[in-house]
Amino acid sequence: MKHLLSTKNLTRDQAIEILDTADRMADVGQQSVKKLPALRGRTVVNLFFEDSTRTRISFETAAKRLSADVINFSAKGSSVSKGESLKDTAQTLMAMEADAVVIRHGASGAPQQLATTGWIDAAVLNAGDGKHEHPTQALLDAMTLREHRSKLAGTATTGTGLDGMHVVIAGDILHSRVARSNMWLLNTLGARVTFVAPPTLLPVGVEHWPARIVFDLDQALAQNPDAVMLLRVQRERMHAAFFPSEAEYARWWGLTPERLAALDAAGATTAIMHPGPMNRGLEISSVAADSPRSTVLRQVANGVSVRMACLYLLLTGDNSAAQVL
Amino acid sequence: MSEYVENPTQGGPQSAGGLSRRILAAADIDRALTRIAHEILESNRGAQDLVLLGIPRRGYPLAQRLATKLASIDSFDPATSLGQLDVTMYRDDLRRNPSRVPWPTVMPQRGIDDSTVVLVDDVLSSGRTIRAALDALTELGRPGVVRLAVLVDRGHRELPIRADFVGKNLPTAAREKVKVRLTEIDGCPQDADAVDEVVIVG
Repeated sequence: MKHLLSTKNLTRDQAIEILDTADRMADVGQQSVKKLPALRGRTVVNLFFEDSTRTRISFETAAKRLSADVINFSAKGSSVSKGESLKDTAQTLMAMEADAVVIRHGASGAPQQLATTGWIDAAVLNAGDGKHEHPTQALLDAMTLREHRSKLAGTATTGTGLDGMHVVIAGDILHSRVARSNMWLLNTLGARVTFVAPPTLLPVGVEHWPARIVFDLDQALAQNPDAVMLLRVQRERMHAAFFPSEAEYARWWGLTPERLAALDAAGATTAIMHPGPMNRGLEISSVAADSPRSTVLRQVANGVSVRMACLYLLLTGDNSAAQVL
Repeated sequence: MSEYVENPTQGGPQSAGGLSRRILAAADIDRALTRIAHEILESNRGAQDLVLLGIPRRGYPLAQRLATKLASIDSFDPATSLGQLDVTMYRDDLRRNPSRVPWPTVMPQRGIDDSTVVLVDDVLSSGRTIRAALDALTELGRPGVVRLAVLVDRGHRELPIRADFVGKNLPTAAREKVKVRLTEIDGCPQDADAVDEVVIVG
């Protein structure tokens, strides 16, 4: 494994290898010295062309726990705002001998281009590209789901997939790279995915995806899924009228206190997930976000572990027989 | 961590065509562990402050067996003084070998500060695993004394490291591989005699 560009091309074994490694990395967070020497002397560049706080901090924490040196590069206030191309930026970073480049870019496919054009020979980790993929988010969600199930069943997580689990993903599927990455990974790991969205927020060709589409959140929740994942309403990407008003969106597609009460009344074990940052009162009500079902903070903690695992697996090992994922 | 995977000349032709010789059988392994248990108690003058740390994978079951023997001889409590120490992240060959998934590190309840830590592994060869283990230990605490117990010492040391307790000294050629098979990992719990063994291949 040389790059991590998408979850679509991950095999089940590779995904489980990452998740098992992430479980081990989580143990490091419990130690008094939260540091491993595995990537000492390696350089990780965080190349962020889009705003991000939590993903960048998560990657930065992960790299530092593995003793790597971290360079943060955000497009704002850099030479990119002076018109430098992606190629020149990447090659400048390469001249500084980066071992891995974590890239977030507004254009779908930017990480793929960086990985396959031969501009650089560093490992490329996709931290979100346009509406395409956000693989580490999907992996941390899978880790959280695995934890959720093993806690209920009292079994160990190591080596297991998500077979038979049912995950409802609700909200802005059209603009969401999180939904896409999750759909591919959850299917690879054996889980079932249901998308819930207003018809205006579903992409063209959605019927060819391995996911069931329903338009009614109550109908989806009535099946007592293992988890419901609320997607953020991405105001920055909404340049058209996709729904009449925020109040109406919250009533129809948001996880309201009433829907939470219905889950409790049905005795469901549904976990409430959100990739963050949350719009409280819009796609998720405060009661739901703060309920014991919510795994939002577990997801953040698992994010560091998963990113440690990805950096570790990409930057160690003999990559002479490199393959692109 | 079986050291046969880091055989320095690995990749050479297997001239002997997979010929294998059994060096230790189940009973021999058991006798060696019993002797090591007594030697540990002798050098430590009893079981006080004694901690066993097995190195995954096959060092840990060996540590478990040693712990059982120590408990039957002296006042050693496996529940609080037996642990597992993974050294994967501290290895110096991370960029040469394929990436591997780390094993869990389980610290003994009593901690390791000021204790006598006995590291347990199956095969001692280059000594690089033990160097990694010593580094890993410093992150976890400050033992008073660190000792090393191995089932087989096959030579070919690349670092100034030696074992304090050795089950069997086994002079080998560099191209030969030493394989340790243990019931706990290599299966077949009904018939321990068929599984527990140390063989030389090549």
